[in-house]
Amino acid sequence: MRMLDGDEIAFTELVKRYQSTLVRVARYYVAGEASAEDVVQDTWIAVLRGLSKFEHRSSFKTWLLRILVNRAKTAGTRERRSIAIDLADPEAVASSRFDEHGAWSEPPVPFTDAIDESLANDKILRLVRQAINRLPDPHRAVVMLRDIEGLSTMEVAELLELSVANVRVILHRGRSRVRSDVEAGMSGGMP
Amino acid sequence: MRLRPSSLVCLQAVQLMSDYLENALSRGDRRRLERHLEQCTHCNLYLQQMRSTIAASGSVAPDDLAPEALDDLVEIYRAFREETRE
Repeated sequence: MRMLDGDEIAFTELVKRYQSTLVRVARYYVAGEASAEDVVQDTWIAVLRGLSKFEHRSSFKTWLLRILVNRAKTAGTRERRSIAIDLADPEAVASSRFDEHGAWSEPPVPFTDAIDESLANDKILRLVRQAINRLPDPHRAVVMLRDIEGLSTMEVAELLELSVANVRVILHRGRSRVRSDVEAGMSGGMP
Repeated sequence: MRLRPSSLVCLQAVQLMSDYLENALSRGDRRRLERHLEQCTHCNLYLQQMRSTIAASGSVAPDDLAPEALDDLVEIYRAFREETRE
């Protein structure tokens, strides 16, 4: 790898690319942004030290995330923080939007009337990013790994030591909330 | 209107959308959802919005990094280089 040869720019690019994902996934295990950032810093040190042994049996991304999760777990145990995942949080769509028969009474509001599609897409992207950042830690970690980083559900489950079924439930909750935040943000009209 | 025992209402349909997109529904649920989608424009819009949301997530760029955070890591990198040069 280039960064072993002293390529500072290659290292900087990796940091820029992965830092926010790493911090968010660390937050799944440790409380507080500062602790998460410490875990990530340790992770980069471990990556530098371990790079010569990286065997390309997994992708670099998976290898990096495994190192992070191992460190975060150790730190998380130190903080004695149990990972409580609320699987009983609010439904995908507020039940008040359905009538007594379960049909939409307040149907989804179209994101855009597509007058300027690229402007609308920029706004959707911004809203999605904000919405993901606002999710509770487990939901954010799962949505980031699955939908932003493109890991498979199975990989997410292994990494976070969750069952595939729980990953799907959390993903469903997270995605539903992101959709509803985008709907709310878009229905306010274009900026 | 009398509902067939196996038919879905919108409230149930939205709960299945994410698993539908993950290809994780049982055949029965998948069939029930698709049957519902054939006749419900609102749920179709909902599904389409879930798709756009997921697609947009895939194009979210990493958050900008605070310059100090980057500086700290570059320091670590340089220290590592020094260490391994010996």
